[in-house]
Order: sequence, then structure tokens, then C-alpha cells
Amino acid sequence: MSETDIQAAITRAHRAEWARVVAVLTRGFGDLDVAEEAAAEAFATAVERWPTDGVPPNPGAWLTTAARRRAIDRIRRESKRDDKQREALMVHGDDPLEPLGAVEDERLRLLFTCCHPALAMDTRVALTLRLVGGLTVPEIARAFLVPEATLGQRITRAKAKIKTARIPYRVPSGEDLPARVSGVLAVLFLVFNEGYLATGPDTDPVRDDLTGEAIRLARLVRTLLPADGEVAGLLALMLLTEARRAARVSTSGDLVALDEQDRGAWDAGLIAEGHRLVRERLVAAAAGVAPGRYQILAAINAVHTSARDIRDTDWSQVVALYDQLVRVDPSPIIALNRAIAVAELDGPQVALATVDRLDDRLSGYHAYHVARADLLRRLGRGEQSRAAYDRAIELAGNTAETAYLTRRRDQRA
Amino acid sequence: MQYLVSVIHDSREPSSVEAEAAEQAAIDVFNERLRAEGHWVFAGGLGVPDNATVLDNRGEAAVVTDGPFVETKEFLVGFWIIDAPDLDVALKLGAEGSKACNRKIEVRPFL
Repeated sequence: MSETDIQAAITRAHRAEWARVVAVLTRGFGDLDVAEEAAAEAFATAVERWPTDGVPPNPGAWLTTAARRRAIDRIRRESKRDDKQREALMVHGDDPLEPLGAVEDERLRLLFTCCHPALAMDTRVALTLRLVGGLTVPEIARAFLVPEATLGQRITRAKAKIKTARIPYRVPSGEDLPARVSGVLAVLFLVFNEGYLATGPDTDPVRDDLTGEAIRLARLVRTLLPADGEVAGLLALMLLTEARRAARVSTSGDLVALDEQDRGAWDAGLIAEGHRLVRERLVAAAAGVAPGRYQILAAINAVHTSARDIRDTDWSQVVALYDQLVRVDPSPIIALNRAIAVAELDGPQVALATVDRLDDRLSGYHAYHVARADLLRRLGRGEQSRAAYDRAIELAGNTAETAYLTRRRDQRA
Repeated sequence: MQYLVSVIHDSREPSSVEAEAAEQAAIDVFNERLRAEGHWVFAGGLGVPDNATVLDNRGEAAVVTDGPFVETKEFLVGFWIIDAPDLDVALKLGAEGSKACNRKIEVRPFL
């Protein structure tokens, strides 16, 4: 096996096995810290040994065994130091001999613990990317533009809270499950959106490392909770959004809006996969299962990605789906997006009236001013359109978006 | 595992006699439940911070200060100490306690 093959095998094993190794060790040793450190050491050992010893036939088992040995070493060292302290390190889990329930994967426990509602959102994101995603602290710090030390502390503090406050290491039971799943999905969606519309003046406009990681985690959750409609919905939404990535930023780094994108550059494979998931959910909806917001958002994206040309878009379908979404999520941002679709169906005048009614709630949000600017331009009110673009540029945080808005203002307003 | 459930008072409005009676009745029901389900350790209400006295006897002589150690808009008016197997159970009980006493609460583990 060549060096590149071995490198590839290590990367593959890391992607496929990291979360499982951490999860199995957490369950076995009752300590996230021990599990994380032991997993990291096991992978470091693989990097050292596999090039000379060869890739083991079952990399996952090899890594778990190696990690378990490291963990035992550490526990021994610590038990010599202080038994009581070691006891305090234990996270509280179920009896290790208890048979696993309907959802059997250890990784699911890990995910629910990392996304526990008693942890701050930033913390949940960092912890999930580190312990489930296997990203390193420097990688996560870079992705979210926070100093490494800050991010390291955030993770350390979270692990300490999990231990001392006894955040349980288990899959929530029946009645709590839907709310907790939606907490997990919120974390994944945040990671995806940060990658999709990265903020900060000097960052790349699209960071595919984050969108890719979010999709990978969503696929994992889908494997673990195959019957959950919102999981399928979020994965479909991510796939259909990611499919347009290449067409979304021009060679000069500007954002390209949906109506101007080269639809031939969309990823047909991702679109097909996303459409399959949406169809699966439509069947469930027809059987009377009310779809949640991710499923409706995915369906809207499915309508857009079904049109070969912007002019073929089924806008009445899009507006109907937004009507459904408004009932699930009556937020002003959803109302704004609905109005944008209404403009295609009933004209810019009707849409502008709706948008203007959102002023008191959305005047600090750049997309509100982008929508107004576009509608005003279409109504021939150039001066007002330009002012709205100015305000949008002031408020936009993404480099490609600022460039796009500036161009749009100067060319068309 | 024991948790301190602190009851935080954050309103400047004095509550009516009827409202206080309703709160007390709801707290009694909640306390009864804590006892019945084996979560009860201890609970108590506190006097207003104005009636607190701060002492510092780390030096030569005890220094006595009238009033609370820090003046805040939000202050502790009572607490429960509950026994719960993990934070999920403690948070569930805390949520019910918050509803019963009609105030926000903080859940914090004992060491």
C-alpha cells in the first residue's frame, strides 16, 4: 500500500470511526474527557503505526482497542492519585449492562449529550464538532473565528458541567425525544449556515468544510433516527442547498442570486438524493403526518431545484408551501421570504406592501432591505431602491454578499 | 445527587394577597409531590435582602455591615434542595417549581 493509500485509509477511518470510538469509550469509562483524549491518542498511534504495520483489516476495532488501552492507562494513573477525585470525574450514565433500547447506537447518546439544552448554543456546536465530528480544537476555532484558547476553554467548561451537574449520557425517552431531536438539528443547521453564509470581513464566502461536516453529521443522524421526518427534512434541505454551491459564487467572488445561477453547474447527484428524501416525506404527509419546518423548507428547495430555468419555477407551489411554513413558524423572516415568492406570483406591488408591514421587526436585518431594494427597482422607484441597497450593504456581514449587493445597486438601481 | 434550586425574585411590583395565597397553595402541592416521590431534602423561604447583615471576621475584629453583600434587582427569595438522579430530572422538577412559585429558578449541583 502506498503512503497516499495509507493516508486515505487513516482519513477514512477517522471519518467513519471517530464518533463511535469516543461514544463507546464514554459509555465504558463514564468520562468524556478520558474518551476524547484516548480516541485522539489512538488515532495518533494509527498515524505512526499503520504506514509500517499496514492498515488493520478492521480499523474500527483496532482503534477502539488502542483507545481502550490508553484510557485504562490514564485511569490507573489517576486512581493512584486520588480515588475520590476519579469518582467525581465520572459522568452519569445508565447501567452499562442494561440492554439498549430501540435506538441502539452509542453515537446517539453522545450526540444528545453534546446538544443538551442546559449547554449554551455555542458550546453545543463546539462540543458536537469536537466529540462527534472529530474536528480538532484549532479547526473549530478557525471555522468560527474565535481564538483557540477561548474555544478550548469552552469545551473544557462544557465537559466539566456535564460531569458535575450530571447531564445524563443517554437517549431521551419518548415524550422528550422530539424536542431534543430538534435541539440536535438546530446545532447542525447552525453549523451548515455558518459554512453556507460565512460571516466576517476576511473569510471565504462559502466554507465547504463546515457545510460538508454538517451534511456528514446530518447523514449520521439520519442513519440513527431513520423514522424522524424532520431529520430527513433537514438533510434534504442541506443537500439541495449544497447542490447549488458551485453556481452560487462567481469566479470574482460575488454572490450569484438564484435567478442568475447557471443551473447546469448544480450538482445533479445531490439534487437527486435531496428530491428522494422530499418525496419520502410527501408520502408521509399524504398519510397524515404533519411536516415540520425543515421538511417544508426542503420542499421549497425541491421546487426550485426542479426548474431547469428560473422561468419554469412553480411559484404557486412555492407560495403554498410558504403558507404552510408560516403556520408552523410565524417568524417575520419566513413572512419576508413568502413575500419574495408572492412577488413572482402577484407582482412586486402586492409583495412590497407585505414587506413594508415587516419594517418594525426586520429593519435591522439586511435581507429585508435587499428584498425592498429589489421590489422598488422592479417598480421603477430607482432612488428608493438605491437607498435600500445602501442600507443592506451596511448591514450585510458576508464578503460575497457585500460584493453582490454593491454590483446590483450600481448596475440596476 | 443533590441540587440547589434557587428561587429568584425579579419583579419590583408587590404581589397581591390573593396572588401570594395562590402561589403558596401551588408550592404546598409541589412540596407534597417532592416528598411523595422521594426528591425532597429541604426547602425554605427567605426574608428580603434589606434584612440581611454581612459579617467579615477574617481580620482582627468582625466588621458588621447592614444590608446584603451586593445590591441587585434580582435576589434570592427561597430555595429547595432536591434529590435527583441526574440533571434532566432536576430540570424537570425545577420547571414545575418555577411554575408553582411563579418565579424564575436556578438549578445548581452540590459538589
